Amino acid sequence: MLQSNLSKTHLVLRLVIIGLVMVVIVGLFAYAGGWLTPHTLTQGKIIDRFETLNGVHSGFRRNHAKGVCVSGWFDSNGQGAILSKSSLFQTGRVSVIGRFSLSGGKPYAADASTTVRGLGILFKLPGGEEWRTAMANLPVFPAATPQAFYDLLLASAPDPMTGKPDPNRMQAFFTKYPASAKAVQLFKTHPMSSGFANSTFNSLNAFGFVNDHGTVNWVRWSMVPAQPPETINASTSQQSDTNYLFDALIQNIHQHPLQWHLVITVAQLGDPTDDATLPWPTNRQQIDIGTLTINDVESEEISPARDINFDPLVFPNGIIASDDPLLSARSAVYMRSFTKRESEHKEPSAISTAETEK
Amino acid sequence: MNKNPTQFALVSRILHWLMAAMLLAMLFIGVAMVSSLGDYHKLVAIHRPLGIMILILAAIRLINRMFTTLPPFPPTMSVFERRIASASEKLLYTLMFALPLVGWGMLSAGHYPIVMFGPVHLPSILPANPTLYAILRKSHTILAYLLFLTFLAHLTAVLFHTLIIRDRLLNRMALWPTRKTKEKTATDPIQ
Repeated sequence: MLQSNLSKTHLVLRLVIIGLVMVVIVGLFAYAGGWLTPHTLTQGKIIDRFETLNGVHSGFRRNHAKGVCVSGWFDSNGQGAILSKSSLFQTGRVSVIGRFSLSGGKPYAADASTTVRGLGILFKLPGGEEWRTAMANLPVFPAATPQAFYDLLLASAPDPMTGKPDPNRMQAFFTKYPASAKAVQLFKTHPMSSGFANSTFNSLNAFGFVNDHGTVNWVRWSMVPAQPPETINASTSQQSDTNYLFDALIQNIHQHPLQWHLVITVAQLGDPTDDATLPWPTNRQQIDIGTLTINDVESEEISPARDINFDPLVFPNGIIASDDPLLSARSAVYMRSFTKRESEHKEPSAISTAETEK
Repeated sequence: MNKNPTQFALVSRILHWLMAAMLLAMLFIGVAMVSSLGDYHKLVAIHRPLGIMILILAAIRLINRMFTTLPPFPPTMSVFERRIASASEKLLYTLMFALPLVGWGMLSAGHYPIVMFGPVHLPSILPANPTLYAILRKSHTILAYLLFLTFLAHLTAVLFHTLIIRDRLLNRMALWPTRKTKEKTATDPIQ
């Protein structure tokens, strides 16, 4: 009964079929997991590059590793309701938690006026919804695709001899990615401000705001400081203290709450939504939809914001992703960085509780 | 109800094949998700609600399992093989519950909103805690691989019985007309 009346040939043939079914399923699984396409850029490779260039710093974000946590609220003035049906844009107040940071994977790097500054904000909407955004004080992003960003990380890594990026490598990068060269040219027309408090933080990528009628408005947004502008000058750039930018921010918040206007720029037909290196024309409609107020600052050592992933694709009903390839990649890499750091022992933050309470 | 069924109840068979397709899709989405960059967001957006649907169906399936009569094992299965089959069934049921629950708990511990679609989202089932997140995230991966391996073993066993031993084991779960039932219809006196 057990070995039915199959001939030897048939038996072998049927065993081969079973084997083939297994090989196909396991093969497809391996393909889906990326094991059969080792040259494809993955989340893991981007994280590996950060770790190769910066070292592994236990418990810290792989990028924007140095930071301080803040909290406050957002007052919506109702002007955003025409663009998006999200309850956030009705007139009212929601609480926020956030984190100011400096770009780069070294959590104890000395503050420098030219380092890109970041601001992550989580808006807590009624009913458990959230909007998270991670912004930077750049007018546009210097890479249009994940691959360009991956190449830029390597090209812009400081040369151990000079402490600055190798100009030849940067030149080769710009030749390969002319869009990045143009984006970097734009940086020169947007000089860095003197500190966190008077920096404008931009969404960089485009997003869709969906209104009550189902219309998608493609937008970018900026947090525009209410604090008076001040560009870097001799007195603000020549600082010996390793944490001078963060210390100034902490001092500012202790003196009085800091405010930013959330300004939405609305695209017109044909404005690129899939390329963060390209600015939109300056005459686009801009709507001030509310005010962010930051009134408290805490070290990562005690703030829950340390363990929040400012994933740019966490949003409430009424906001959607654009076709920008960076968005999904950012979300993926942030998640991987989050998983890594949450699995590690937490080293103390450079901006300690002693610093934030000074 | 048939007291001596040759097949699983129709509801059981429908649930089996529906969930087989969903679980296999989830395994592939999951493994693709954790390496991909460009497709990550789309895959995650499917993975979360599909996982919760599996959890709901697993509950329905468990209740259905408790109230239906099972067809007997074919005589070609030894006592040992029957024990393995029953144990693997228990393991599969456990994983069908554990994977979505661990996923839900992991996002809760990771301070993530559990978005299903549009404004619909689920509450957190665990407090935000980095260590808990890390443990659950790791467990989610390990359990998913365990599910994939159990699925492969289950499939190999069924194929072996169907193609080599030829005891028509697969017919017990078939949604399509099988030879036996065809013969029955042909000899049905009413026709």
